[in-house]
Amino acid sequence: MFKILHAEFLAPGIKRFVIEAPRIARKQKPGQFVILRLNEQGERIPITIEHSDAERGTIGIVVQSAGKTTNLLNSLNTGDSILDVVGPLGKPSEIENFGTVVVMGGGVGTAMAYPTAAALKRAGNRVISIVGARNKELVILERELREVSDALMITTDDGTYADKGFVTDKLRQLIENGTRIDLVLAIGPIPMMRAVAEMTRKERIRTVVSLNPIMIDGTGMCGGCRVMVDGKSEFACVDGPEFDGHRVDFSVLVQRNSMYRAAEQKSMQDFQREKLHLDAAPTQEKTTCALHGGGR
Amino acid sequence: MRPARRWPVTQPTKSSLLNVLPLKQRMKIPRQHMLEQCAEQRAHNFTEVNLGYSEELARQEALRCLDCAKPACTNDCPVGVKVKDFVALIVAGDYLGAAAKIREDNVLPAITGRVCPQEDHCEGGCLMGKKVQPLGIGYLERFVADYEQRHLDISNLPKAAPTGKKVAIVGSGPSGLTAAGDLVQKGHQVHVFEALHTPGGVLVYGIPEFRLPKQIIREQIDYMRAMGVEFETNVVVGRTVTIDELMNEEGYDAVFIGTGAGLPQFMGIPGEHLNGVYSANEFLTRINLMHAYEFPKYDAPIVDFLGKNVAVIGGGNTALDSIRSALRLGAGKAFVLYRRSEAEMPARKEEVKHAQQEGIEFQVLTAPIEFLDDGKGWLAGARCQKMALGEPDASGRHRPVPIEGSEYEIPLSVAVIAIGTSANPIVQSTTPGLNTSKRNYIQADATTQRTSRKGVFAGGDIVTGSATVILAMGAGRRAAKSIDDYLTSGEW
Repeated sequence: MFKILHAEFLAPGIKRFVIEAPRIARKQKPGQFVILRLNEQGERIPITIEHSDAERGTIGIVVQSAGKTTNLLNSLNTGDSILDVVGPLGKPSEIENFGTVVVMGGGVGTAMAYPTAAALKRAGNRVISIVGARNKELVILERELREVSDALMITTDDGTYADKGFVTDKLRQLIENGTRIDLVLAIGPIPMMRAVAEMTRKERIRTVVSLNPIMIDGTGMCGGCRVMVDGKSEFACVDGPEFDGHRVDFSVLVQRNSMYRAAEQKSMQDFQREKLHLDAAPTQEKTTCALHGGGR
Repeated sequence: MRPARRWPVTQPTKSSLLNVLPLKQRMKIPRQHMLEQCAEQRAHNFTEVNLGYSEELARQEALRCLDCAKPACTNDCPVGVKVKDFVALIVAGDYLGAAAKIREDNVLPAITGRVCPQEDHCEGGCLMGKKVQPLGIGYLERFVADYEQRHLDISNLPKAAPTGKKVAIVGSGPSGLTAAGDLVQKGHQVHVFEALHTPGGVLVYGIPEFRLPKQIIREQIDYMRAMGVEFETNVVVGRTVTIDELMNEEGYDAVFIGTGAGLPQFMGIPGEHLNGVYSANEFLTRINLMHAYEFPKYDAPIVDFLGKNVAVIGGGNTALDSIRSALRLGAGKAFVLYRRSEAEMPARKEEVKHAQQEGIEFQVLTAPIEFLDDGKGWLAGARCQKMALGEPDASGRHRPVPIEGSEYEIPLSVAVIAIGTSANPIVQSTTPGLNTSKRNYIQADATTQRTSRKGVFAGGDIVTGSATVILAMGAGRRAAKSIDDYLTSGEW
């Protein structure tokens, strides 16, 4: 069991957890992830590690409610426990002094981009961060990211905060202004990463994306997380999760991530129905039923 | 429940004194069939196919043993189980004694009794088999192991005097468990690291409930815990902690690497990324480890199999485990596509027989060359090619040669690829000085299981490539002996 030492909502549906996991905390590097399982009936889902503290033996994760598992996870609080947490998995981000790096975070992807941005800054890069969210409430880690960035730009889809528009608008501005960009790191929803990769391909700017396929073991054993890179199968759990955005076949990723859509919807509906039932009868014993869905 | 017995049993059994039946009469007893679920029924459930021997059947079968002076059974067993001795104890009605006798050489009898390819080992050389049918050694082993589980109190197993030495076992599959069991009996402190959330390795994620119930694995592991073995799940050695950290920082005097054959192989044909195409490892892991067949009670899903055409590609035990699981998920038609002929199939004979009884169709000398898209990213079928058998290859089996112009298509909704695995690189890439083969398997001495790193041993599929449970156990056994020698002598 892995104890939750601290849990707080950063935004509606987005929660940050600090979890006691000394072995993982000692080894974690930016870009790596954990796989967790909430209870005996639970599925295994990958979540990127947002930070770690080797001395305290803790890791932080940021979770957005999407399906059953992430919703159940986000209903946990300080003092609760997670049954299984394994990691750190995946290859760490490549950190060196590239020059000027644009770090782009879309939605909860911002939490995954943050540790890499911080490491890139420490490695001597000029870091320009671009954060996008649907609305003001969903902008997360602004202060943290500002601390490690030479410049921080924020966009909201609806214009309720900072500039209305998408992160790609800001990237286009940078390119059009003639800003020298040595590397782009884009982490967020697939359409965002795909749009960024398309834009930088023309400019021949090296672009790294972090992929979130469906995973089970996370050690290369099952092959479920295979993604098409340059027309060949690679495993996101051991060859990634970060890949050259210009070589990734995003449509295969979208297609494979939709494989269990119907089952995911059923799980979520059952979960919501049960939750309604429980909310209506708060004295009833806590449910042991588990959750499904989401992912990173 | 009987009290814990002193263990291991040391006094030799005079097996010849226990079976008084004349040899000629022993030959006249037919091999006793194990009760099993009927094919129509079991094809729709995940409950174990074989139901076991009763005491009467077991003793009747045990009476058939010829008590050979030079028993081929023990000789051909990778862990050297003293077959005729334990069989004689069954004749005498001392089932716990029989179990203890097996445990002197095999710490997982309930598992090997179920999944060992006995025809290739103990039963293969059985003298009875030359004349009539071989002794049902696997069945008898299973019987005594199950009897032991029901009747032996393991709360107070005797423990060897501690040596003060610590051994880390990386991976809790057959080789790791065997090494752990042997080493703890020598008094070493044994700590097993498992990457997944449940110990057992391939026994848990790879072998389905209907062939090896999870409860059996749990019981065998509980027994090992009772012996003093410690288990730590959720540790990916190489990622969570390295071999060097285990030895230098956590004080382990020796490490055994038994991480198994890791990465699933794909065929490299068009369409393998389509939804509905699984590696056998993923498919079986979803079913076995994640209980996807019990969705939505369990969260992990599996695609819909009801009434669908499903094919497995491959002819090993993994292939048969996959296709028989697919049948139990409700597949309408279930095919095995195998590129050689049935004679070359590496699967256990009993599994092939069971699969055929259950209605699985074998299309041999057949290989898919393309998976077809339904236009929406889902599998619609496979284009296959017929094969002819050519000259024998390095494995001694006839090489399949494609027949030009023999292509045909079969409609399929799900395909499971079970053509083997390659080495998982995580441990090798994080352990400096650990020599590997050209194909990145860990190099270890065939007798001592020593690697190129002092104090580090390896065995099982991560050394040999995909093999069987019992061969991995044999490697674990040799490694344990050699680790004990090293820890005792300090000499490398």
